Amino acid sequence: MGPFSLQKWQASLSNVPMLIEGLGVTLIVSVTGLALAMIIGVVFGVLSSSHWKVARFFARIYVEFFQNTPLLIQVFLLYNALPLIAPKAVIPVTVIGIMGVGFYHGAYIAEVVRAGIQSIHHGQIEAALSQGFSYIQAMRHVIIPQALRVVLPPLTNQAVVLIKNTSILAVIAGGDLMYRGDSYAGNAGNYGPTYIVVGLLYFALCFPLAVLTKKLEDRAEVHGNA
Amino acid sequence: MLKDPVIYAALGRGLQLTLVIALVTIVLSFIFGTLLGIARFSKIPVLSQAATVYIEFVRNIPLLLILLFCYFVGGLQSRDAAIFGLTVFTSSLLAEVVRGGLNSIGTGQWEAAHSQGFNYVQILRYIVLPQAVVKMIPPIVSQFVTVIKDSSFAMTIGAFELMYEGVILTGKYWKATQVITIYILIALIYFVINFTLSLLSRKLQGKLSLGRGTIEQ
Repeated sequence: MGPFSLQKWQASLSNVPMLIEGLGVTLIVSVTGLALAMIIGVVFGVLSSSHWKVARFFARIYVEFFQNTPLLIQVFLLYNALPLIAPKAVIPVTVIGIMGVGFYHGAYIAEVVRAGIQSIHHGQIEAALSQGFSYIQAMRHVIIPQALRVVLPPLTNQAVVLIKNTSILAVIAGGDLMYRGDSYAGNAGNYGPTYIVVGLLYFALCFPLAVLTKKLEDRAEVHGNA
Repeated sequence: MLKDPVIYAALGRGLQLTLVIALVTIVLSFIFGTLLGIARFSKIPVLSQAATVYIEFVRNIPLLLILLFCYFVGGLQSRDAAIFGLTVFTSSLLAEVVRGGLNSIGTGQWEAAHSQGFNYVQILRYIVLPQAVVKMIPPIVSQFVTVIKDSSFAMTIGAFELMYEGVILTGKYWKATQVITIYILIALIYFVINFTLSLLSRKLQGKLSLGRGTIEQ
């Protein structure tokens, strides 16, 4: 029986409901991980563009550490260090996964936020205020629309990479899509069709976001050149 | 435990394989990614569509899945599966960098060269690529950092690279603080290499600073 025989395809397809369950875990980890990454990213992004030297320094250290070491080692460190820090707490692996992708992509988002802040000229807020805008109005109508144009494309790109990176949960038995697919493939000796189905599910999740990224990039370019 | 030479021997071995995997991947992905990028950029529909399908599919699935596929379905050995899988994945990302670089060269240059009697390949070779490469260097260098980090995934298919050697060491040094010490050691090794590359990338970016937009991680 070949690795891509009809029986293997049928067996793989009958396993799809379990994969969908895994997809649910992947989705939850992705959404919460992205939320955590956004919070961290905004905090460190603002810190690294502040006038306070110490804050800039700490933000730099955070970003450089998380961007220059593999996600895998960060997750392994969390996995081993968390029980030491909180010996009594039972921490589910999904939470470790959320923290892992959250901390890691937080560093990338911090850089995105910093670029967004730096893209806006200081004079703009003053100009808007002098024209009678209130601070909130100036933010709402002048500053934020411009910053979003710079920030949104790399942000949605980060979301795609984050979703793909949640597959790291498979390494610590996190019950996500990759894990379910891999353990079924291993148990049933049915790799080819299973991996292809898993791949298509990830693709279905990531591709729309990738298309959105491209659209936002094109739009940013049009406005950027004008 | 930090005086145990076994640790450094193991990590040294692992680092060697990590560097081999990363370097071979980088060279192969650079070649394949450039071809892919040119194919997608080209005006030949079949070529451009095939490249687009490849790039968009590979870019939107996890590297881990590609590695497992190469190992279990492709039947390659650990190291070769790692190099092959990483190359498949990285090429699709580099192709986009190349395309971005090519797109950044104004159409006026193409027309000018064309009017001077250059053909398509000559224009690419002598006029567009030399300029585009300059813009592509910083994102390519930062892609190297990603490859070195990503090569750690090779442990999942049994390649004895830096990460996996560390995990094996935790069999001997299994106490929580020892495990953490080993992982911190590994993290430091990755950090020193990647931070140096990141600084280099940033320096080049500053030196070549040619507007933004082409560099998007």
